[in-house]
Amino acid sequence: MSAPEKQETLQERREFLKAGAVVAGAGLASGVLVFGAAHSRPPEQAASAERRWGMLIDTNQCGDGCNDCVNACNTENGLDGKTGPQDSQWIRKLNIKDLRNGRVHELPMLCQHCEHAPCVDVCPTGASMKRADGIVLVDRHICIGCRYCMMACPYKARSFVHEPLTEQNPEVPRGKGCVESCTFCVQRVDRDEQPACVEACNAKGHQAMLFGDLLDPESALSKALKSQASTEVRADLGLNTGVRYQGI
Amino acid sequence: MANETCLNQAACRTPQFLMLLVLGGLVMLGTLFAFFTLEHHGHVLTGMNNQIVWGLPHVFAVFLIVAASGVLNVASIGSVFGKKLYKARAPLSGMLALAMMAGGLAVLVLDLGRPDRLIVAMTHYNFKSIFAWNMIFYNGFFAIVGLYLITLMDRKLKGFSTPVGFVAFLWRLALTTATGSIFGFLVARAGYNSALMAPMFVIMSFAYGLAVFLLVQTAMYWWNGLNLDERVQARMEKLLAVFVAASLYFTVVFHITNLYFAKQWEFERFILLDGGIYTVLFWVGQILVGGIIPLVLLFSSAARKSMALVALAALLVIIGGHAQMYVTIVGGQAFPLDMFPGYAESSAFYDGVVAQYSPSIWEFMLGMGGIGIAFLATTIAVRTFKFMPQDDFPALESGKD
Repeated sequence: MSAPEKQETLQERREFLKAGAVVAGAGLASGVLVFGAAHSRPPEQAASAERRWGMLIDTNQCGDGCNDCVNACNTENGLDGKTGPQDSQWIRKLNIKDLRNGRVHELPMLCQHCEHAPCVDVCPTGASMKRADGIVLVDRHICIGCRYCMMACPYKARSFVHEPLTEQNPEVPRGKGCVESCTFCVQRVDRDEQPACVEACNAKGHQAMLFGDLLDPESALSKALKSQASTEVRADLGLNTGVRYQGI
Repeated sequence: MANETCLNQAACRTPQFLMLLVLGGLVMLGTLFAFFTLEHHGHVLTGMNNQIVWGLPHVFAVFLIVAASGVLNVASIGSVFGKKLYKARAPLSGMLALAMMAGGLAVLVLDLGRPDRLIVAMTHYNFKSIFAWNMIFYNGFFAIVGLYLITLMDRKLKGFSTPVGFVAFLWRLALTTATGSIFGFLVARAGYNSALMAPMFVIMSFAYGLAVFLLVQTAMYWWNGLNLDERVQARMEKLLAVFVAASLYFTVVFHITNLYFAKQWEFERFILLDGGIYTVLFWVGQILVGGIIPLVLLFSSAARKSMALVALAALLVIIGGHAQMYVTIVGGQAFPLDMFPGYAESSAFYDGVVAQYSPSIWEFMLGMGGIGIAFLATTIAVRTFKFMPQDDFPALESGKD
């Protein structure tokens, strides 16, 4: 290759790299813009303690015999929906009957995402943990499957995976020998979406589950909690649950 | 070779010794088979479920761990409180403590959902968790009791046996306090959530540990065609009686305390009156077989003359101890959580109903492995080292200890 030819080739290369950089930069920038527009949290950014995710469940709105929240949870998180003693259930419909007057309520029971979570306290390895934004999770990498958290949970909200799993949702890794429970659909929350159960309840028109930020005074959840009486299940334990109920 | 390792025994009886090894080995083979089967298929093969999360393996494991700490009491009475009769038995006591702790811990580990992550359990500690503290206590127990055993058995280090024995004594008290607290700190469940759990476990450990010690000691004397001195036997059987009585006392106080709190009535009704297998195991297993019958035997005039009768009493205490663990561990979980006081609860997740539990053969085999390990370790240790108690009869006669 002669010297001018070589120079020309180098020039072409430079042009190509420049053009490539512009295209890549534009792509990246637009990606960031789209990402920003969705307000979702980028993976490298830690959950913020300026938020605390919570839920208000109105038992008066909860449909009799409706199981849509349970089914949506199963679909979203890859649970098979079986209800044997060894099967996982992250959310369940609970029927409670007032022994004094016979009044019956139905309500969904799920992980209450306590501020002072007993499961987090008792976990020997720290696998049970609370994210800065209040979501209680199990770190599947360090859960040894001792089940002490299940002994400690006042809400029976946790399940142990008793057999090998197949056809999992890639966003929701689960595994034999580990403990699991409701994550508030953390994968959706991080995309600024509602948990699957809430979405299904709203789609059905019941509007019994309201999800939002407990620390944001302007959130619909905070406003609802401010204007209506609500209760914590096992308030006597002083756990400051993230899930509140009204109507009971 | 087998004969060469036979120390301090009147007759080596090598074929019988090998038979014991084969017996222990077969149990261990069964345990390993159960472990790998469960590791492959998951806990689906056990009777444990999302309601009864701790089952038969934990009954065996916690009994062994509690008794391991209690069996060390014999050595402590010798080293810390200077009783010669017990000092002669300190090495055997320390060895049994290590053997049983190893057996109990092995079952706990083999039952984990992810036993392959044992290293995680050893390297990640949540210091707010009493379970994590227990892991530190268990590991420390091996180090401290191991060191204690060396000071007891090496003449040059004998001088250190008292201070090291004192540390071991405090450590084992802390350990059993922490083990009881595993249950005591479960604030949400009616069957647990009691500060009494810790001291109750400590006193029960005294009884279970001494019972195991007496049983092993009787077997060793019998194996060698020896008779335990009546004075020694009388002292030890009285001590066992005191521990059994104290365990009964704590059991009574625990239930009376619960009966005082209206919110605990339903749980007490469940255990004491209409809890099916748990009620039967409580009254027949824990109270009658593990408490009253041994007390009657130990206080009978025949017991003073009969090594076999004391061994029988010890065996009953051990059986009663397993019944107590079953009632405490499984019964405490079987009673439903009361999330909404004043309401009847029902769901597809077995809320509001007594949880069902039928242990499978796999978890029984897993649990037996703990006893297998303790048995094998004891059998080999007793043959290879001088663990046979060497009583100082002149001192006994002069009443110096």
